[in-house]
Amino acid sequence: MATQHSRSAAQFMMMPAVVLLLGWMLVPLVMTLYFSFKKYLPLRGGDLGWVGFENYARFLSSSTFWPSVQSTLIIVGGVLVITIVFGVLLALLLDQPMWGQGVVRILVIAPFFVMPTVSALVWKNMFMDPVNGLLAHLWKFFGAQPVEWLSNYSLFSIILIVSWQWLPFATLILLTAIQSLDSEQLEAAEMDGAPPLSRFGYIILPHLSRAITIVLLIQTIFLLSIFAEIFVTTQGSFGTRTLTYLIYQRVLESQNVGLGSAGGVYAIILANIVAIFLMRIVGKNLDA
Amino acid sequence: MGNITLSQVTKTFGDVEVIPPLDLQINDGEFVVFVGPSGCGKSTLLRLIAGLEDVTSGKIEIDGQNATELPPARRGLAMVFQSYALYPHMTVRKNIAFPLKMAKMSEAEIKKRVDHAASILNLSDYIDRRPGQLSGGQRQRVAIGRAIVREPAAFLFDEPLSNLDAALRVGMRLEISELHKRLATTMVYVTHDQVEAMTMADKIVVLRAGNIEQVGSPLELYRTPRNKFVAGFIGSPTMNLIEGPEAQKHGAHTIGIRPEHIEVSASDGPWQGVVGVAEHLGSDTFFHIHDSGLADPMTVRASGEVSFRHGDRIYMTPRTDLIHKFDTQGQRIA
Repeated sequence: MATQHSRSAAQFMMMPAVVLLLGWMLVPLVMTLYFSFKKYLPLRGGDLGWVGFENYARFLSSSTFWPSVQSTLIIVGGVLVITIVFGVLLALLLDQPMWGQGVVRILVIAPFFVMPTVSALVWKNMFMDPVNGLLAHLWKFFGAQPVEWLSNYSLFSIILIVSWQWLPFATLILLTAIQSLDSEQLEAAEMDGAPPLSRFGYIILPHLSRAITIVLLIQTIFLLSIFAEIFVTTQGSFGTRTLTYLIYQRVLESQNVGLGSAGGVYAIILANIVAIFLMRIVGKNLDA
Repeated sequence: MGNITLSQVTKTFGDVEVIPPLDLQINDGEFVVFVGPSGCGKSTLLRLIAGLEDVTSGKIEIDGQNATELPPARRGLAMVFQSYALYPHMTVRKNIAFPLKMAKMSEAEIKKRVDHAASILNLSDYIDRRPGQLSGGQRQRVAIGRAIVREPAAFLFDEPLSNLDAALRVGMRLEISELHKRLATTMVYVTHDQVEAMTMADKIVVLRAGNIEQVGSPLELYRTPRNKFVAGFIGSPTMNLIEGPEAQKHGAHTIGIRPEHIEVSASDGPWQGVVGVAEHLGSDTFFHIHDSGLADPMTVRASGEVSFRHGDRIYMTPRTDLIHKFDTQGQRIA
């Protein structure tokens, strides 16, 4: 890419992709902003004109707003903690030489291929159902009262379902990171008198820090917008109404597009706040 | 103290016997070099001593104590790895301090020892940098620093110079030899480079396929190689090995003559041939001589600048007192 000619050729070649990406992102963003300043009730009169910041004020002052932000953050945080802790442990385990390694690794990745809707339905009906679920049978086998997971421990249940989906992703990335660790470093640490836990703490974990950062950032982006898992299980009841789900309810259940759009803008702001925080905390791992 | 004794040590990986039963004595303060072609088991042997591999059978004693079953950390040995194996996220200071920290030494003592090691190795200017910001030679010195702070019974080096460029290698070679003289600690050094072996060792162990071919001082090995393999391996350029009628004249199956023990002349000599490639190094000139009816090519060293050209006829006079004779098994005769 040295000459003037090749540079302009490169720019020309990249144009379609850039235009497409910009359109993809800008059009929905601009439409959201447009609707958020309108009173727009599709089934109750349609477009009722500009209302300024009224939608924003109403969305923020609604009693459901702050609880939804809170449950969003709890779900994201909980899933991140579970997937990273267990991801590191699973990756360490899968890194050990064993018989049938290839098959086991593929099996571990499998949950990632299951669609969110399907996995949530499977968990809801086959595991967490208080009458027929496997967990209910397990509880009964030990003579205990079956737990009504989705109504009594609703947030935890959703965290569990989502973690199950995302654990393979974390494991996979962390496993490749562990495999890239120079075994001579571990041997050197062994010669230096470091017991296994110190080797983990001083050598393996620092080596994984960058991979953990990546898992953290990517998962956060996707977890902020989880929807299907809530839609097919609790429908947003029992304190599981996340910001995403609240917006859905405003737009489709209340048929208030303007209010929902204002919520969408808040969701963008929330995502950016979370992203800035994460970058501050872990971003330094990405350079160097 | 750093006596290491291996008795009847063997190592097999699956069905492959890497080290057949092997005995070796390493005395305190010695600089022992394991040398051999790649895959000869020299690194495996070092790792057995370090405890990074378990012996299949046999016994390893360090300072009279049976260390066969001891974990690496408790053998009192320090190792410098081929890749240096520095901890990339720690500064030079923390890297060097790591073994001391693991030994739960006091902060003050750690600082004292690290500063001392850094000054010995000229690392003081880089002490707060990370390995990624250092050059190859500096990383090598950090790795050595990490080894010396522990004041081990012996140092183990696994091809430590193979990742350095030629000029740096010569420099580090001197530094390691210097360090050995200063610390007077046992050092076991693995290399495939016979020049490193010759220049650094008190005692060279030549290995082939896990077998010890010969143990001795560099000059012993140079003067009286026990067999054809050692004869061909030690010395640079390698010895000319001649079979056939010329060898029978000397009552041997094979005779060997080093390139530096042959005189060349343009007019007369018992052997003759045609000059192929001539390598002019300034101080020496190496000729590769073809069509001599002996070995092809014959390598000959002439001191200084000698003006033979490609295709010239050349006459050679071997120094008959320095001819090595080997029997059909390749063993030395007398």
